[in-house]
Amino acid sequence: MSRKQLVVIGNGMVGHRFLTEAAELGLVATHHVIVCGEEPRPAYDRVHLSQFFEGKDAAALALATVEEYEQLGIELRLGDPAVAIDRNAKRVHTRSGATLEYDTLVLATGSRPFVPNVPGNDLPNCFVYRTIEDLEAIRDAAARAESGVVIGGGLLGLEAAGALVSLGLAAHVVEFMPRLMPLQVDDAGGAVLRDRIEALGVQVHLGKQTTSITRTASGSLELAFADGSRLETDLVVFSAGIRARDDLARAAGLSIGDRGGIVVDARCRTSDASIYAIGECASLGGKTYGLVAPGYRMAEVVARTLAGKDAACGDFDLSTKLKLLGVDVGSFGDAFAATPGARVISLFDGVARVYKKLVLSADRRRLLGGMLVGDASSYASLQSYVQNGIDVGDHPEALLVPPSQGGAPSGPGVENLPDSALVCSCHNVTKGTICTVIREQGLAELPAVKKCTKAGTGCGSCATLVADLLKAELVRAGVTVNNHLCEHFPHTRQELFHIVRVRGIRTFEQLIREHGRGQGCEICKPAVASILASTWNDYILKKEHAGLQDTNDRYLANIQRDGTYSVVPRVAAGEITPDQLIALGTIAKKHGLYTKITGGQRIDMFGARLEQLPAIWRDLVDAGFESGHAYGKALRTVKSCVGSTWCRYGVQDSVGLALRLEHRYKGLRSPHKLKGAVSGCARECAEAQGKDFGVIATERGFNLYVCGNGGMKPQHAVLLAADIDADTVVRYLDRFLMFYVRTADRLQRTATWLNKLEGGIDYVRKVVVDDSLGIAAELEADMARIVNTYQCEWKTTLEDPDKVRMFRSFVNSDTPDPSVVFVREREQHRPAFWSEKQRLLEQGRVRLPVVPA
Amino acid sequence: MLATNDSRSEAKNEACGLEPGESKELVWIDVCAMDDVLPGAGAAALIEGEQIALVRTMDGVLYAISNFDPFSRAFVIARGIVGDRGGVPKIASPIYKQSFDLRTGVCLDDSNVRLPVYPVRVVAGRVQVCPVPRRVA
Ligand SMILES: Cc1cc2nc3c(=O)[nH]c(=O)nc-3n(C[C@H](O)[C@H](O)[C@H](O)COP(=O)(O)OP(=O)(O)OC[C@H]3O[C@@H](n4cnc5c(N)ncnc54)[C@H](O)[C@@H]3O)c2cc1C
Ligand code: SF4
Ligand code: FES
Repeated sequence: MSRKQLVVIGNGMVGHRFLTEAAELGLVATHHVIVCGEEPRPAYDRVHLSQFFEGKDAAALALATVEEYEQLGIELRLGDPAVAIDRNAKRVHTRSGATLEYDTLVLATGSRPFVPNVPGNDLPNCFVYRTIEDLEAIRDAAARAESGVVIGGGLLGLEAAGALVSLGLAAHVVEFMPRLMPLQVDDAGGAVLRDRIEALGVQVHLGKQTTSITRTASGSLELAFADGSRLETDLVVFSAGIRARDDLARAAGLSIGDRGGIVVDARCRTSDASIYAIGECASLGGKTYGLVAPGYRMAEVVARTLAGKDAACGDFDLSTKLKLLGVDVGSFGDAFAATPGARVISLFDGVARVYKKLVLSADRRRLLGGMLVGDASSYASLQSYVQNGIDVGDHPEALLVPPSQGGAPSGPGVENLPDSALVCSCHNVTKGTICTVIREQGLAELPAVKKCTKAGTGCGSCATLVADLLKAELVRAGVTVNNHLCEHFPHTRQELFHIVRVRGIRTFEQLIREHGRGQGCEICKPAVASILASTWNDYILKKEHAGLQDTNDRYLANIQRDGTYSVVPRVAAGEITPDQLIALGTIAKKHGLYTKITGGQRIDMFGARLEQLPAIWRDLVDAGFESGHAYGKALRTVKSCVGSTWCRYGVQDSVGLALRLEHRYKGLRSPHKLKGAVSGCARECAEAQGKDFGVIATERGFNLYVCGNGGMKPQHAVLLAADIDADTVVRYLDRFLMFYVRTADRLQRTATWLNKLEGGIDYVRKVVVDDSLGIAAELEADMARIVNTYQCEWKTTLEDPDKVRMFRSFVNSDTPDPSVVFVREREQHRPAFWSEKQRLLEQGRVRLPVVPA
Repeated sequence: MLATNDSRSEAKNEACGLEPGESKELVWIDVCAMDDVLPGAGAAALIEGEQIALVRTMDGVLYAISNFDPFSRAFVIARGIVGDRGGVPKIASPIYKQSFDLRTGVCLDDSNVRLPVYPVRVVAGRVQVCPVPRRVA
């Protein structure tokens, strides 16, 4: 018996999926399978097409190779599209003139980009965004271009705009509707989305209908809009939707849907019983589907049907997620609350630029859908709540605020999903399957899990959920993995800051009780202490805060290698009187301290034992000094050059401004230390561009630079605002510093913070200078509170005998610590090295503890 | 270690790693008032020439561990931050941040390193320590 002929037209994503499924079900043995594809290469991952611009070449995007098809026994005809179907003779004719006989024909011809009927749409440098060839052409044109316009602000349009930015073009998006991604998000979501897209450097033009494209004399393109405005650019990418490729079927007399697409039934059979249609070219229930998951489902259904198994298409999952770095958008289920009686809860966070909306059933027990803009981290798990009809409990609002922001940790966690929950709708993989594979094969890496289960290898939107499952499994297996502050708080620093502020939490004890677990540790305690200090500015040695502080903050001094401390009084702006200099010398001499000038223009005094600190500080306070906060993650110094006070080049009073800034921000607790500087002219003697904030005087005022630092990875500060007056410097700095304090990670300096911030300095400028988030007043008020509640921590400490008692070397003895030993060197002294202490040990002056066997 | 709640006296000896009844043979030295050690913090004591860190966790349990940090070779453990790792009560050295199990003295970051731990108890609001290191199995 000769094998039956199975012909497939189209070798795109869905066609390929059909073939792998067919091979697995043994159809290749019972059929002679012939595939004819129009594109010059075998199927590739169109969903991740944009990664072509991130360096993924055609081979890396490929879903299969010619050899693999060969091994499966599939005959592959590439670059030879079908041109006609003769249903009576059951034959397909191809462009090269070949005739393919079929018993069964599968159409998987996908869609074509829709190009609006605008005069000039076919000019050179007008492109579409669908195939590798399209992207190659765009890449080549971009090399000669400076700007590009994407027509269409939908999912694909935004992805294309992101690609133009990555190609180095000034990118624009033109959208006909009054908001971006009109099919996926509502007005509020659209506003947040716009903000984020603009932060990427894309200019957004809404409510614009393109009426013509013309070529200018200089060779560029000019778009004209219905409202009379115009936009000049070098290249145009159309991304205004897709249309099913149903022309072959139409010509063969198959029935076609009202809105295009080849009409099929639940088994994907067309009006001709021997012809099936799958993927984007098919119209099921009057609808076409422009997503890969429904196409994959259709491919499976047809393969199973042909293998004699029962199968039919059910409801499709139409959730979508934007794949654009830094712009999270997810929309799933009944996102627009079309279900009768549906209820909506939403969250709008103008600071974090996040908008979330959940649509609940009338009884509020089930999640019907939702949209997430700005933070779609919970997308996959929320989506599976919808898909699996899981009861959301009495507090559905907790799902809005992920554990991240004080929401119930029991939120949309993977633990709450039943094993039967569908995690990957592209490949039909359940939670149970994934967990079993992870456990049985001892997998520890996400790529391995994806490979072994296929989950996450389709549209990729379930990848975070797969990662969460892996994490949960690893935790169960005793391996710790997470990105939280530490094991005691399932939150980032920024989230904790938010919680502390919004819920008015004033102690670590309350925070860990309500939002964490366990007793804390050396990571979270100081981090929380810093957050509490930045928010409420309480005295840091208050009983409830003292135990949180790192040793430096706890004893208001800097610990050194031998356990002694150094002391740095504030010398604001580095300006010091002769009398103060004498006082420092006298005090250092009296207490036997080693002295050195610091890089921040002050004097550091070393070798103080714990119990000496209060006495030293009593002398310092009496001489008019105050704490220099050298021990704290806080403002250290604002260095200055002498400026117009003395320097013949100086154009402004740099010392005066540095004094004003140092006195304003002294005591401000921050995620890491903060340093500033002011130079009196462009010669920059104060090295202001190496500081977290730096001011350089100009003829017209001051230039303000931010986010520089020295240290291990030096980085120059970048210009935030130019030629502003001193009051404006202060106002911008208030906002800038508070914004950093609120949003940075633990121990993240301003330079790193900026490097990780989406939108970089332009975004910071928008927030600080243009007040794009509308929080400037709030930031200034927060700073004013800190400034107004400043206290010299040492003065406060000395006034309270109970606090002074904390500085004893021993609770039960006033004996000075016998282990502290100094050696003379260069006319001062230093701590003995261990080898030098060895002698003292032998003499019995220092005793080492002995661990019993 | 010892629960500050004196009624849990039975747990005491067990927690100290002692055989029941053995406590009578230990030499207890009065050190300070319980209030001298803040909850969630440590305080150093000099007991018969031995530097011992008294450490009180947030849930009120008191421990005594050597004040010597073998990594920096400075006597500073009492000035570290107190907390837990996976439920194990610990203190982290303030110099290079290695953590030590308060119950056994074992370094949680390097199991080859161990600090001596000492029997400690609270009697009538006073902390008493036996400056002879406990044997830990
Ligand atoms: C940039 C981009 C990003 C996307 N992102 C997502 C996403 O995040 N999530 C998602 O679900 N979907 C996404 N999609 C959509 C997804 O790629 C499609 O849904 C999927 O590729 C559909 O598969 P298909 O096989 O039906 O069509 P295609 O992949 O287009 O394959 C059809 C193939 O048939 C060929 N063909 C057409 N006519 C003939 C003929 N007469 N003879 C021979 N061959 C023919 C075509 O050349 C093509 O190769 C994205 C698409 C693009 C372009
Ligand atoms: S920066 Fe200019 S004003 Fe300041 S010391 Fe140098 S030369 Fe003089
Ligand atoms: S849902 Fe698309 S890859 Fe899993």
